[in-house]
Amino acid sequence: MSTILDTAKRLRAELGADYHDLLIEAIYTDAAQIADSCVSHDTKKARLTFDKMLDRILTHPIGGFVAMGIMFFIVFWITIVGSNIPSQMLADFLLGAVYNTLHEFAAALSTPAWITGFFIDGVYLATAWVVSVMLPPMAIFFPLFTLLEDFGYLPRVAFNLDRLFAKAGAHGKQSLSMMMGFGCNAAGVVATRIIDSPRERLIAIITNNFSICNGRWPTLILIGTLFIGNTAPPALASLVAALSVVAVAVLGIVMSLIVSWGLSRTWLKGEASVFSLELPPYRPPQVMKTLYTSLIDRTLIVLSRAVVMAAPAGAVIWLTSNIIIGDTSIAGHMVNFLNPVGLLLGLNGVILVAYIVAIPANEIIIPTILMLTLTLGQNIAGAQSGVMLELGDAEVYTVLTQVGGWTLLTGVNLMLFSLLHNPCSTTILTIWNETKSLKWTAVATFLPLAMGIIVTFSVNLLVHIF
Amino acid sequence: MTAVTATCETCPAYNAAALKKLGVQVEAADYIIALAGNPNTGKSTVFNALTGLRQHVGNWAGKTVSRAEGAFRFNDKKYKVIDLPGTYSLLSTSVDEEIARDFILFGQPSVTVVVVDATRLERNLNLALQILQITDRVVVALNLMDEAERHGIQIDVRHLSRKLGVPVVPMVARKMQGVPELLQAIEQVATGAYVTRPYRIRQYDERLEQAVQTLVEAIHAEYPDLPNARWVALRLLDGDASIEQAIREGRLGDLTRNNEPGVIALEAVS
Amino acid sequence: MNTQTLDQLQIGQKAVVKRLSVDGINRRRLMDLGILPGTQLQAEMRSPLGDPVAYRVRGALIALRREQAQQIEIDLIEGEE
Repeated sequence: MSTILDTAKRLRAELGADYHDLLIEAIYTDAAQIADSCVSHDTKKARLTFDKMLDRILTHPIGGFVAMGIMFFIVFWITIVGSNIPSQMLADFLLGAVYNTLHEFAAALSTPAWITGFFIDGVYLATAWVVSVMLPPMAIFFPLFTLLEDFGYLPRVAFNLDRLFAKAGAHGKQSLSMMMGFGCNAAGVVATRIIDSPRERLIAIITNNFSICNGRWPTLILIGTLFIGNTAPPALASLVAALSVVAVAVLGIVMSLIVSWGLSRTWLKGEASVFSLELPPYRPPQVMKTLYTSLIDRTLIVLSRAVVMAAPAGAVIWLTSNIIIGDTSIAGHMVNFLNPVGLLLGLNGVILVAYIVAIPANEIIIPTILMLTLTLGQNIAGAQSGVMLELGDAEVYTVLTQVGGWTLLTGVNLMLFSLLHNPCSTTILTIWNETKSLKWTAVATFLPLAMGIIVTFSVNLLVHIF
Repeated sequence: MTAVTATCETCPAYNAAALKKLGVQVEAADYIIALAGNPNTGKSTVFNALTGLRQHVGNWAGKTVSRAEGAFRFNDKKYKVIDLPGTYSLLSTSVDEEIARDFILFGQPSVTVVVVDATRLERNLNLALQILQITDRVVVALNLMDEAERHGIQIDVRHLSRKLGVPVVPMVARKMQGVPELLQAIEQVATGAYVTRPYRIRQYDERLEQAVQTLVEAIHAEYPDLPNARWVALRLLDGDASIEQAIREGRLGDLTRNNEPGVIALEAVS
Repeated sequence: MNTQTLDQLQIGQKAVVKRLSVDGINRRRLMDLGILPGTQLQAEMRSPLGDPVAYRVRGALIALRREQAQQIEIDLIEGEE
């Protein structure tokens, strides 16, 4: 046996470093000969006129960016507008009709209060909430994105933007996992699979959380409207609110480039990296098939993971609010304990507790904050312990400012914290699945949280100095 | 060697123990089919067409990172299909290539289907030729024939098949065109009804050719029945760690006995 | 005497690869992509930000960054539009 290895070693030394080249040259020479003998080109059609023309437009210095802007505006617009109605219908059905029916059913069976509370107000409500907020936008966003992918457009986006990412030590394809992250970070992390060099892929995974996901947009829009839009004259209010939300999203993109830059020069400096980007020919997308597969592949998988996470969170939210130790509930104790820290960050204890118990889904942060603020403070809106609730915008503002004691600073810092905190547990789980590395999962989890703490603390400090 | 397979109707024509080690459940499958190909050749579409599964297929290089599995029945035989990662080559060092290479070499699938993009034949043949050095049982699925036509590319399929010494099936997988022919070709190669004469690389540099010859002799002295000694020699000259490991552990010998299931059963599962 | 590298190729121009002046994994990857001595390349389009550039190689369109293109020595093919 060893004779084989010894012979190989000796011959390898003799051949030297050229070996690999000689071999590949041999294979390609043969491949070229075979191909030549079998392929004939129809010279009239040989020029790929359509593809070339399309490429010329889509990678044009001006036209390319205009096309990109239009394309993504349309995708996000259809997603937001298109999901409004089904989201409302799902909410009416799951959080209204079904929820009430379940309660009536439980009452008819005279089930003990703690059982109905735990299962219906806790587990069911959280799960239904996540489904109704998450499902429609995902069911629209993912297929649209997939259509662009199948058509062959997305590699051109990576081609257009690569230089920006190259300067940050990352891969142009990261632009695509980031865009996917605007829909859902868990899906964005999975989308980094298209990046074939390990270093750039890790960078893309760790920074994906800086793309504001679907679960965080509503929080930002609500707080931006109530706390920032309201500071402007009424005529400009909605514009200012919108700008504040966009500013946070842009800050996220900037953060993601800065952190990529930092990672590629520190922790991930040594990892090998090879750039490659193939621009495939355009292919007509198969619409029906795409709708079907992306629904199954992306939407339902992400949704099922989220539901698995939301159900226990609902249980935890209900239990912490309903188990009384001494003079208050567990949630009450947590809030009291974290309040000093929260105030240091320009937030408060309720917000921090909400971010801890609602780690499975950013969608339920605001309902949890409202419930905790009301049940632990002066309950002016009839909230029940452990039952998440939704209120009209004006009511939310009253509750947060009068009962919660929120100020403009709280609003701004909540928006910043919404951008900069740990990924939701679905995303953390996905990062673990993709990297199988405790270290990188931990980095991806705690790095943004640490940044959030530093940023909100600094803002609070600055406000108090000036 | 294929003749043995053809006469033995009931015994599986693959290395069950090695496949199990690679994480493939081989129970109840008559044949194992590996699906290889360059990224972005419609490999996953072919996989879906064969198995009826609906794995997502993106217009990307290197989309299938994990290995997908599916199954189909054809003429009362059950086939298990393993979708290997899309790679440009099997000679470099990426994880994807290692997975594909180890699977074809040690897993010894009954048939390896190489999906080839008809619009970029020359480039795709690089991988196909490499695979033909490893295994005899190959079917080439010449996919994207409609794209080729759109670009004014005509391919003499019969000539290509004669050249490569294996069946070549023109396909438009996304329109399900060529699927029955592919199934038939797979069956014929799996059962040995089609005797392949795989193309061997000729244009080696003289020094390289001599080194390969010397090493092949050394390998044959130890393993006289090894069918792909040339490939093993090529890999050893490249310092392939997984093949060196296989030699040290004496696993290389398994590659010669793949058609004698009784012998495989004795092999330790390490 | 006037050795050119691939990054100097203008859009539309064709060239033949003379030498790859790079080693290791990057060299292998270039070869996997079908770029080796003797291979014909054509610069097809430039990214709007100036880098990378997409080259037609054996029928495929491959984007290479400038630092990769600088590692590929070429001979220009004249007289073709």
